Amino acid sequence: MDALDLARWQFGITTVYHFVFVPLTIGLSPLVAIMQTAWVRTGNERWLRLTKFFGKLLLINFAIGVATGIVQEFQFGMNWSEYSRFVGDVFGAPLAMEALAAFFVESTFLGLWIFGWDKLPKKIHLACIWAVAIATNLSAFFILAANSWMQHPVGTTYNFETGRAEMTDIVAVLTNPTVLAAFPHTIAAAFLTAGTFVAGIAAWWMVRLVRSGDEERARDVYRPAVVLGLVTMLVSGAGVAASGDWQAKLMFDQQPAKMAAAEGLCETQDGAAFSILAVGDLTNDCAGVRHLIELPGFTSFLATGDFDARIRGVDELQEYYTEWVTSWEEANGVEATFDPQDTRFYPNLAITYWSFRLMIGFGAGSAALALAALWLLRRKGAVTDKVWFGRLGIAAIATPFLASAFGWIFTEMGRQPWVVAPNPNTSGVDGVWLLTARGVSEVVSPGMVLFSMIGFTLLYGVLMVAWFRLMKRYAVQGVADTEHDPSPEANPPADDADGTARPLSFAY
Amino acid sequence: MDLPVVWFLLIAVLWTGYLVLEGFDFGVGMLLAILPRGDKARREKERRLMINTVGPVWDGNEVWLLTAGGATFAAFPEWYATLFSGFYLPLFLILIALIVRVVAFEWRGKIDSPAWRGWADRALIFGSFVPALLWGVAFANLVRGVELDADHQYVGGFLALLSPFALLGGLVTLSIFLTHGAIFLAMKVDGEMRERAGTFAARSSVVTLVVAGVWAVWAQLAYSGKGWTWAPVLVAAAALVLVVAATRLRREGLAFTASAVAIVAAVVLIFGSMFPDVMPAFDPANSLTVDNASSTDYTLTVMTWVAVILTPLVLLYQGWTYWVFRKRLTIEHIPEATGLTFDRVVSRS
Repeated sequence: MDALDLARWQFGITTVYHFVFVPLTIGLSPLVAIMQTAWVRTGNERWLRLTKFFGKLLLINFAIGVATGIVQEFQFGMNWSEYSRFVGDVFGAPLAMEALAAFFVESTFLGLWIFGWDKLPKKIHLACIWAVAIATNLSAFFILAANSWMQHPVGTTYNFETGRAEMTDIVAVLTNPTVLAAFPHTIAAAFLTAGTFVAGIAAWWMVRLVRSGDEERARDVYRPAVVLGLVTMLVSGAGVAASGDWQAKLMFDQQPAKMAAAEGLCETQDGAAFSILAVGDLTNDCAGVRHLIELPGFTSFLATGDFDARIRGVDELQEYYTEWVTSWEEANGVEATFDPQDTRFYPNLAITYWSFRLMIGFGAGSAALALAALWLLRRKGAVTDKVWFGRLGIAAIATPFLASAFGWIFTEMGRQPWVVAPNPNTSGVDGVWLLTARGVSEVVSPGMVLFSMIGFTLLYGVLMVAWFRLMKRYAVQGVADTEHDPSPEANPPADDADGTARPLSFAY
Repeated sequence: MDLPVVWFLLIAVLWTGYLVLEGFDFGVGMLLAILPRGDKARREKERRLMINTVGPVWDGNEVWLLTAGGATFAAFPEWYATLFSGFYLPLFLILIALIVRVVAFEWRGKIDSPAWRGWADRALIFGSFVPALLWGVAFANLVRGVELDADHQYVGGFLALLSPFALLGGLVTLSIFLTHGAIFLAMKVDGEMRERAGTFAARSSVVTLVVAGVWAVWAQLAYSGKGWTWAPVLVAAAALVLVVAATRLRREGLAFTASAVAIVAAVVLIFGSMFPDVMPAFDPANSLTVDNASSTDYTLTVMTWVAVILTPLVLLYQGWTYWVFRKRLTIEHIPEATGLTFDRVVSRS
């Protein structure tokens, strides 16, 4: 393998790994904030106990998300320095904004929330977790704005002299239709993840308590958490589907090759079918693809809203891009940076096809479970002792994680061979594109990339085991039987008054 | 002043924030290996006392680094690209260190077992030591200049980063942060640990004065080429002398202020001696400068607005955090360990 392949593997490993933790943080911090709000508003101790329980799980998860996020920012420069030179003028801006506007807020207020239970007035302390929740979501917006620009460069011109992309309109970058669709999609997926997480753990506990005869506690503490989780799943599941549909239409317009590859569509068709099962020979050659089960006209419908619309296949797009890139370079007197005749202008078919289906399948499966579970618990105060219900709840936790991972694999692998995808029509700017192969660092040897990749992968493996054991251990511990109100309102003034030091409500 | 210069200054400010704030986090982290005394239980309590002095703030402090990184990417893409790909291995080590440090802070108390805490302590010590050393090495290389080719790519290789001047630079940040951390600790705790940290600072400040003094004069004579950078050299020297005196007198607040001033002066010296280069090359024709490395005027204008509006806010709420947690901690403040164990999963039903 050369440095390019290794750098791509490293990016894939570190990004998918990072995004195991991110959606849970994004979705769970608002849910914990909602629980704490319920406590502050109603004074019902149940919500304080739930806040503390899910808050601990949030913190275990938050730490590793932060830790792996640092790698994300650094590796653009380390492994992808030529990409960074090309895009820095545009791409760097949302990253810097994220740090200034969001990351500072979430890190600072998280510290206040963790350590401030007995120091801050109840409402100020509550505001801290909301600041964290809002900032994590704002973080996601800036990162997605940067990523969406790679999918669909806007607000930018190409500087022929320097060979770089240059920003001309920050508003266009931040209101890129691609990010306006990707943001609700990613956030909804994050809420789906957190909703499934809360509902799954609480459902398992509810069943366990009912079976051990403690129906009272199951109804009092866990049922509200199950319902909160399920409603979150249902609403966010609908959000994922609606925003995903919008994204599909944008993709048809902005990245037709990704669309065609997602369907394994080789030849251009009117009224293209949605393939449910296809097999190929894994040579990434269209000739090997056979479609076994299809929904007629459905791909055309997803892409345009019209069942009979014409969808360009991979073969036509290959010709189209070849012709278009060549003529653009000739027309602008740009020295050819690659041989269009020798470049494949569409992504790996098998990966794009299957990651698309796995994303949809895992996401839809999770939302469907929520509907069934809500039906089962529809009566007021209903709890269940069905073992399968608890087990299914635990098993379901994994599905949105998998859906997110496949979603990113799809959107990033599907953009190939480009790292900055061109706009082959009037929807964006002209001339701003970069092949992934041209973005890799020139001075970093394959050995160095391999070395760092092995280092990160080993460390990430160890941390994954530790994270999983911690999460599991704290989930199995369950919600505390009682939880003392730690707020300064409910406690005598601090230690100075009588000269003795009172232990902190929380310490590492 | 034109915008690339403004951003050069802003990035220096971000690094100042990072080194002043995270500097004492690193110091406290490293001192975990040195300061705790007594029997096992006592040492564990003391370690927790130390960790909790930075507990509420270390995460916010670290964001200054991420902002400096993001700002460099946005304002000086060429600098970001050449620096990060060129200093590959040191940055890789720093990343590993920062990762284990973050999770160790948050996960340490979650499991109540000596072995688990032992790993967390090792991670905290390693994760503080490595960046404390390597940031100095990296900055010394920027002061000294590196081998860039005509495309501004770093071609010097890893070993070229380990010159005596650069290694001494590593010792400078290491010793400054150790002293800075000890002073911070003495300022934030009471009881035996306060005394011990104060004594440590009084001794280490002398070492810091010598090491940093030699390095600063070396940097000034050999690499700066500017008369005015004698000013930060002298300010740093005066501040470090003051640190020595104040730590002897146990004037903790004064010592901390002086230590922070010394770090600010060091950043001024480093950035001042580079200017107008952001990455000086051995062949000056190949140097990356504030002009040839910067983004376009439009991008810098946008980012200036963002920075001008948000940076004061950041200072405000981070300052408030320090106010909320202003009280000195004592060993009595540290609650019993609340971690669970992996030994036996207790079922309560």
